[in-house]
Amino acid sequence: MSNIKYILGHFADPDDMMHGIDKLQENNISVYDVFTPMPIHGIEDKLGIRRSRLGKVAFGFGLTGTITAISMITYMLVIDWPMNIGGKPHFAFPDFVPIMFELTVLFAAFGMVGTYFFVNHLAPGRAPRVMDLRATNDRFVVAIDAKANLSHDKIDDILKKAGAVEVKHNERKYVSYE
Amino acid sequence: MSSHHESILREPLVTGENITYSKVTEDILVPVENKPNKAWWIGFIVSAMGAGLWIFSVSWTFWFGVGEWGLNKTVGWAWDITGFVWWVGIGHAGTLISAVLLLFRQNWRNSINRSAEAMTIFAVICAASYIISHMGRPWLFHWALPLPNQYGSLWVNFNSPLVWDVFAISTYFSVSLVFWYTGLLPDIATIRDRAIGTRRRIYSILSFGWNGSVKTWQRFELVSLILAGVSTPLVLSVHTIVSMDFATSVIPGWHTTIFPPYFVAGAIFSGFAMVQTLLLVTRKVMNFENYITMFHIESMNKIIILTGSIVGVAYLTELFIAWYSGVEYEQYAFLNRVSGPYWWAYWIMMTCNVISPQLFWFKKVRTSIALSWLLSIVVNIGMWFERFVIIVTSLHRDYLPSSWVMFYPSWVDVGIFIGSIGLFFTLFLLFLRVLPAIAMAEVKLLLKSSSDQAKQKLIAEKSVDKGQAEYYIESLEKYDSISPKVAEYEKV
Repeated sequence: MSNIKYILGHFADPDDMMHGIDKLQENNISVYDVFTPMPIHGIEDKLGIRRSRLGKVAFGFGLTGTITAISMITYMLVIDWPMNIGGKPHFAFPDFVPIMFELTVLFAAFGMVGTYFFVNHLAPGRAPRVMDLRATNDRFVVAIDAKANLSHDKIDDILKKAGAVEVKHNERKYVSYE
Repeated sequence: MSSHHESILREPLVTGENITYSKVTEDILVPVENKPNKAWWIGFIVSAMGAGLWIFSVSWTFWFGVGEWGLNKTVGWAWDITGFVWWVGIGHAGTLISAVLLLFRQNWRNSINRSAEAMTIFAVICAASYIISHMGRPWLFHWALPLPNQYGSLWVNFNSPLVWDVFAISTYFSVSLVFWYTGLLPDIATIRDRAIGTRRRIYSILSFGWNGSVKTWQRFELVSLILAGVSTPLVLSVHTIVSMDFATSVIPGWHTTIFPPYFVAGAIFSGFAMVQTLLLVTRKVMNFENYITMFHIESMNKIIILTGSIVGVAYLTELFIAWYSGVEYEQYAFLNRVSGPYWWAYWIMMTCNVISPQLFWFKKVRTSIALSWLLSIVVNIGMWFERFVIIVTSLHRDYLPSSWVMFYPSWVDVGIFIGSIGLFFTLFLLFLRVLPAIAMAEVKLLLKSSSDQAKQKLIAEKSVDKGQAEYYIESLEKYDSISPKVAEYEKV
């Protein structure tokens, strides 16, 4: 039994890579993950990745912002210290709209991006878990778990036939730790 | 959409030969990974001197108070708010490019959005510094926030547009920063994975551990789209609220309902002019001609002429409504603007904003780099005068003729203004050195669909209509950045 943990298929072209993924899947070889220098449209369906729910998160945070704004302003101007401004109503709703809108946007943006960083483990100083250094530059890297898919020669063959420019057998999962 | 080919009739967004994914990285990271050239140093030293002047003048203001400015009891707002509105307006183009053009799927934004967003952030920093320093006692700026205090608590007045502005500007700045930085993550990761030693460690911290996996990219795209969706109304709201600082007052010349759309159009107008000013130089100095092509320059010029014309219509509408209102104060305010002691400011504004951008109707002007650059500066001057005209000419002759005065800026006013330009350019030049000025990941997206190379390949494969291919080749000659090798095409 070899020590190989992951097999990486390097593609120079995103279309070749998509083709490679198709071929792997036809042969019942599961793809662990794919690392690319740019977003690849349509890959989620191929790998069976669910739609992101961040939109709902943003909506929730946005709504929180709206409610925060209206309740804060109402408390301050209507309940805590009502001021007589030319005899106009204390609950001057149209005047509250701009800040309600601003806080909606503020909460939605920060809440959504914060959630995004949290679920993807993105944080300043976090050690990058990178399987191949060129995946952020010019290579489209398909990673296959070598322990779960044992026919390594076959995987090599499929990748090469699909147009992989390089196939790597890595004994470490991440190359980015020095 | 890597396999999607767009129509051959569309102009290429990336030009040059042998463009590969790694060449995009190499080209764009040249200024980041190498020592700066002479042009950068000259620019940086001059800007840093400006920034030094800014620090000196602002410190002077903080120490001695706003009495050091040229303000008097009639003109209580002058260069400070002029500068504030000018800078905020300039900032708006960045959001427009990154958000509105994303929603409209304008792919030409991909190579200019990064630097435009950076410009937004630096411009808003300049604007915010004006707000802080015009407060008189800047250490009490937190009084503008709804914080509990010892007066019972006496809260801020949420009916006031000035309070709306505090919320709008701070939301705008922080959301723009988040939008910009999220977009930067994949590109910082690219720098990280190419660097060694300390550089690598620094960019590793900055990259937040980005790895470019499928799920990261999927969520990244959704986050960008939603941020664009919320930033679009945000940018409109910000300048609307800035205009309401004036429009909700009862000063003749300010108290008009046209202000929000008029300010927003003016903001986009001046912002695009500033993007043009910066990018025409950047593309030359940094050798980005293949990514910021003549098509980009022309597209921005088209937006400048559109928004410039909207601003022109707004000026004329203002004049008409002032006359048509029948209110003599309103009529006088505008008559005074056009022909009073500040007539020259009004006519500089009219010439620079309304008349000279009309030259962009000529394709020769639109596609001339020198003229585009010159006109972009002219627009920026015009837009500064617009704010000056609105603010000072509406105030300097108030209701009591005995208190009519002129405004004369002091050296502190001038120092802060010139200094803020220095600060802006210092920050921008530093940005060019440490972060990729073009969004690499987004340009890579265009490579297979919208590059000149991809289109040439299609023509070579004869998979496109012959007439359309000829049209495309002909259109290339109109760009100075591409010298189509006609001979090569003829072989095809």
